[in-house]
Amino acid sequence: MTEIKKTFPIKGMHCASCVRVIEKSLSKVEGVSSAAVNLALEKASVTYDSDRVNDQDLSSAVSNVGYQAILDQTIKDEDVQKKEKQEELKKLRNKVIISLVLGGIIVVGTFLGLNSWTQLLLAIPVQFWVGLEFYRATIPALKHRTANMDTLVALGTTVAFAYSAFVTIFPQIVQKIGIEPMPYFDVSTIIIGLILLGRYFEAKAKAGTSEAIKRLIGLQAKTARVIKNGKDIDIPISDVAVGMVIRVRPGEKIPVDGQILEGESSIDESMVTGESIPVDKTKGDKVVGATLNKTGTFTFKATKVGSDTLLSQIIKLVEEAQSSKAPIQRLADLISSYFVPVVIMLAILTFVIGYVFGPAPTFLFAMLNMVAVLIIACPCAMGLATPTAIMVGTGLGAEHGILIKDASSLETAHKIDTIVFDKTGTLTQGKPEVTDVVGDVLQMAASLEKGSEHSLAEAIVNEAESEKVVLNKVTSFKAIPGHGVEGFIGGKKVVLGNRKLMEREKIDITHERSDLAKLEEQGKTVMMLGVNGKLVGLIAVADTIKISAKEAVKSLQEIGIEVVMITGDNQKTAEAIARQVGIKKVLAEVLPDGKEQEVKRLQEMGKKVAFAGDGINDAPALAQADIGIAMGTGTDVAIESAGITLVNQDLNSVVSAIKLSKKTMRTIRLNLFWAFGYNIVLIPVAMGVLYPFFHILLNPIFASGAMAMSSISVVSNSLLLKKAKI
Amino acid sequence: MSTDKIIVTIVGFIGILFTYWFFLMKKEKEVMVKNEVDITVSGGYSPEVISITVGKTTKINFLRTDPTECLHDVVLSDFKIRKELPLNQKVSIEVTPQKTGEYPFSCGMGMYHGKIIVK
Repeated sequence: MTEIKKTFPIKGMHCASCVRVIEKSLSKVEGVSSAAVNLALEKASVTYDSDRVNDQDLSSAVSNVGYQAILDQTIKDEDVQKKEKQEELKKLRNKVIISLVLGGIIVVGTFLGLNSWTQLLLAIPVQFWVGLEFYRATIPALKHRTANMDTLVALGTTVAFAYSAFVTIFPQIVQKIGIEPMPYFDVSTIIIGLILLGRYFEAKAKAGTSEAIKRLIGLQAKTARVIKNGKDIDIPISDVAVGMVIRVRPGEKIPVDGQILEGESSIDESMVTGESIPVDKTKGDKVVGATLNKTGTFTFKATKVGSDTLLSQIIKLVEEAQSSKAPIQRLADLISSYFVPVVIMLAILTFVIGYVFGPAPTFLFAMLNMVAVLIIACPCAMGLATPTAIMVGTGLGAEHGILIKDASSLETAHKIDTIVFDKTGTLTQGKPEVTDVVGDVLQMAASLEKGSEHSLAEAIVNEAESEKVVLNKVTSFKAIPGHGVEGFIGGKKVVLGNRKLMEREKIDITHERSDLAKLEEQGKTVMMLGVNGKLVGLIAVADTIKISAKEAVKSLQEIGIEVVMITGDNQKTAEAIARQVGIKKVLAEVLPDGKEQEVKRLQEMGKKVAFAGDGINDAPALAQADIGIAMGTGTDVAIESAGITLVNQDLNSVVSAIKLSKKTMRTIRLNLFWAFGYNIVLIPVAMGVLYPFFHILLNPIFASGAMAMSSISVVSNSLLLKKAKI
Repeated sequence: MSTDKIIVTIVGFIGILFTYWFFLMKKEKEVMVKNEVDITVSGGYSPEVISITVGKTTKINFLRTDPTECLHDVVLSDFKIRKELPLNQKVSIEVTPQKTGEYPFSCGMGMYHGKIIVK
């Protein structure tokens, strides 16, 4: 039996009775000998037999009575972590200064005749105190039979240091074999200093790559002003529950997602949606947590709290995207897993070649080249090339309301050459209105459509309501997808729908053909109403085209992407709308389930297709496309079938998303080119391939400088992406 | 070729072969995990290879005891998880794999590797 005592916080306690309830429940767990709960501290102390009781048992005992035990106290809060990081960085900076100062004294000292023993004394702290971290990383890695960057630095500097120490202590032995007993402490110390300097800047720059996510987290309001029993009370954001009524004053942040109950205001949603113009909202409108209330005071009902809010979903999505791996990274990963052992083998080979074929003193020549090879090799740059760019790219996207599902979506988006826009709700507002009524058909049409859920039906019913038309009773109502609706009104069979429906019902439409054509040429969707097999009238419905549509289509065409519009409308109507927004290719009269097929057909023609739709009705097409773009999804961003989700309604965001992908990929390619090119070019130079022709060798000190620069340059290049215009 | 050069050549090639054998020919030890596993992060991951059951949630606790900057992040890209591993603090993640197969994980820079085998 192993009896231990554990103290852990409890959440959700309000009163003294809670204390007794929790204590009782904990005591009942078999193996618990005592349990005491402190209300003021909100903590429980439990003594138990750890062989019989585990954390899970304690946690369920507490949750069974309605509270929450925080047993997993493993993560320190962010402030502590931040402080620790700053401390680490400060320590690193001091180490850099010490090693470079001592190294500098040694470099100058070698010219001024500083004796070897003094040099040794100066080099020891650099090698074994400052450089301790290289050994600390190397030894456990060797136990695992793995090697990394630190292994190379530890090997390289140890060789230089050990040789120098040897010639200092036993100069006669070295002299005997014909080598001048000159130490190379400058090499070992300066290398350590420069590599740590590189690491210092790299750590500072790397922190910048994850700034976007930190900024998103920082957007969250800390408190909410809840109205309880007629009084306003400020409560922590974590205590806000669904259904609570919250008051927001001008200049305040909206704490959680909800729906306005009373009042109106202008709200700046730019931080979440990327849309810069404030949105006017009034009773019944949805508000988004973390956005800024500009002008009015209003109350709203919380509908989504905690991890369900739009902001939380965005953060989760961005975090996931930043953790995913781009296909382009796989090669870099494969290479870096073999890289260090290969470099060690090359270093040994360099020594052998230098010793056998090099100029006298061959040992020195071979050793310095070997150290240069070990030091110049930089696997870190390869490892950092892709993830840093992905982190900056996805973060930049989120700031503009462009949410990227994963790194491979970001990679695919830049390859697309065709984009298919769904018409309704994507190119248009998705709120059609009745524009023309031919014949006395509104009453019958609205009566029929009352039972339908189609967006066109809503337009007709709304029109009837505004005209105060009394609706009739409909029996045997049936919706025929892709055609229209039918039913019986007062014993007569009434059908309302498109040409296909008329053909199906064998209704002659010749006498209305001119009206029909005229309306369709104006880009209106025309529905025909037939009663007992005869056409009696037409109803035209039109949807407003989004302001951004024309500009976005033009921008896409300018970057060489073919824009296609897909719709269930007939050819004429579709073409009229396409003309208005500048689209040349139209896929009309496509049934809802045919969109996926059309995407497939384009792909079979060798095209890389993006599909932009509303994300709800278009899921199969979004999934079929090489990249699915879900548009203006408002409060639900977790759309599985979409590779890219746009929080706002602005069609220009589609262009921005593609530009973002192109720019991120360009950064990744440049990073990889630099990281690989650097190693491919400089490792052979360090090995001495240029020596036989030009007598060029790489001094190990320069090697360490170049190596320090290579990681910094890759991270800095990724950070440049932050300034990219998308 | 003088004797010393012959010796250096032979020793060098033995060194190269040893490096190859030591780093690139190691056998991975697979650890079967039922519900929960503790992985120590020091100079790599131990255990390095774990096998878990498909469709079941497995808790993986990482404890980094090695200050090497490289090991600061752990990335399980197939599960879209990237976690910071503060020194000497346990960080737990949960995975519920839906498909059998091998899912590698690595440090943030891809220098240290481990593997989750889903059976």
